[in-house]
Amino acid sequence: MLEIKNIYKTFNPGTINEKVALNGLSLKLKEGDFVTVIGGNGAGKSTMLNAVAGTWLVDEGQILIDGQDVTKLPEHKRALYLGRVFQDPMNGTAATMGIEENLALAKRRGKTRLLRPGITRKEREEYKELLKVLGLGLEDRQTSKVGNLSGGHRQALTLLIATLKKPKLLLLDEHTAALDPKTAAKVLEITDMIVNRDHLTTLMITHNMQDAIAHGNRLIMMMDGKIILDIEGEEKKKLTVRNLLDQFEKASGKEFSNDSALLG
Amino acid sequence: MGITSLLNALPGAAAQGLIWGIMAIGVYLTYRILDVADLTVDGTMCTGGAVCIILMMNGCNVWIAMLGAAGAGMLAGLVTGIFHTFMGIPAILAGILTQLALYSANLKIMGKANQAINVDKFDLLVSLRYIKNVPITQNTILIVAILIAVLIAILYWFFGTELGCSLRATGCNPNMSRAQGINTNINKVLGLMLSNGLVALSSSLLAQYQGFADINMGRGAIVIGLAAVIIGEAVFGRIFRNFALKLVSVVLGSILYYLVLQTVIWLGIDTDLLKMLSALVVALFLAFPYWKSKYFTKPAKRGGNTNA
Repeated sequence: MLEIKNIYKTFNPGTINEKVALNGLSLKLKEGDFVTVIGGNGAGKSTMLNAVAGTWLVDEGQILIDGQDVTKLPEHKRALYLGRVFQDPMNGTAATMGIEENLALAKRRGKTRLLRPGITRKEREEYKELLKVLGLGLEDRQTSKVGNLSGGHRQALTLLIATLKKPKLLLLDEHTAALDPKTAAKVLEITDMIVNRDHLTTLMITHNMQDAIAHGNRLIMMMDGKIILDIEGEEKKKLTVRNLLDQFEKASGKEFSNDSALLG
Repeated sequence: MGITSLLNALPGAAAQGLIWGIMAIGVYLTYRILDVADLTVDGTMCTGGAVCIILMMNGCNVWIAMLGAAGAGMLAGLVTGIFHTFMGIPAILAGILTQLALYSANLKIMGKANQAINVDKFDLLVSLRYIKNVPITQNTILIVAILIAVLIAILYWFFGTELGCSLRATGCNPNMSRAQGINTNINKVLGLMLSNGLVALSSSLLAQYQGFADINMGRGAIVIGLAAVIIGEAVFGRIFRNFALKLVSVVLGSILYYLVLQTVIWLGIDTDLLKMLSALVVALFLAFPYWKSKYFTKPAKRGGNTNA
């Protein structure tokens, strides 16, 4: 579904702030893979997602989504294939617009937007059903401005927006990191529910090893812009935080330095 | 000076306020919906009038001339949009560049710095002569009010369409918009064109109203536009929540601005100081939300929101 072939990205080349963020990264996802991504700060996790989403173009290498080469495609065109949820709940929704208007924006992803109505009565009914599934009571507040929602509700709504038009690939960039533990668990639960229901191919970055182990069918660990660990299937099911750390130390020759990954 | 002289001047002030209200709607579109402060309007506020008068002097019907003016304004918006998106120039600077270029353009359009049009020889839609003692169908205040009602109805419809919604989303959250496949650059250009088209339309009315277009007639227009937006929101913000009503409140803000201005003039202030006064008032209004958030917000409750 997704194929990343040997991509490189260097930020601020030739300056004192030069940073090699992606260093010959390759990754291949099968359809329906739910991959969790872990790694220390600056390992290149978010950079990888941004490369796939087309926030900027990579220096070298190739990115294919469902067999189509998107390496040179601008962000808003790749959006057709992608659903994205960011860490900041403010990022994924339009705050001054209503809940249903936000969903209507997502519904028209990939269509030319002309002078047809921005939202129809039929859609309103449809969105009511979708919101009900979240179990957060949002179906009774359809016209409320999204800016009035709590962070957790906004993230849940963002998930809905990102998956409304079934994306070929769902990109989750620490989408629960800004939430309190209880809300984060709820949002993860909704994530699992939607991913399983729609059989979405998913890349989920998390800084929480426990979550990385508990969710998805495959786990990769990144360091210095490359993948250093790739565990899937039965082997992943048996993982514990302890033996993940051991494997990390073996693969990298270092101790894992991100405390927040161990807590939580 | 008696109170009657003030009362006599108020209808004229209201008419001006209405005409500038169209301009203020244009500013509202960029400043509030698109979230850019577009300084092009200082130039466009002359371009519209210049184009309208020259077209009429060359035999055009007043409506065609006004459409031409709006078209010229949209062209100016297109230039700013291209500066901003395609050439990556910050929005404020892009507007200033177009505004400067328009100074030359406006001189070339008019052929000189000031171009008058005689209300007796041309069939003007509005004029300061058409305020009192004219049939109601010719009354400037009524005509501009109807025009505004039509414009607001069109804008209300437009911002409910797919394209209009994507424009609102672009201003609100560009990242999210791109993630939904919206081309935010094209939308910004479109918004700037729409806004400057309205400003030029307002300018074409103003030139007819005062009987001339002048190279300096747009100077400080952005400040007046912002003043109208801010006053409208401050006075009517709590009661007018619907989008169409918000546009109405911008127009009312513009009228209020001109009524206050007229009153201040009547009180005998040195008119040289008017622009400085306007600038200070707008600066204060812009500062209020900032001061409010900085000094008057209640500290957040500890423990956060449990039902997040």
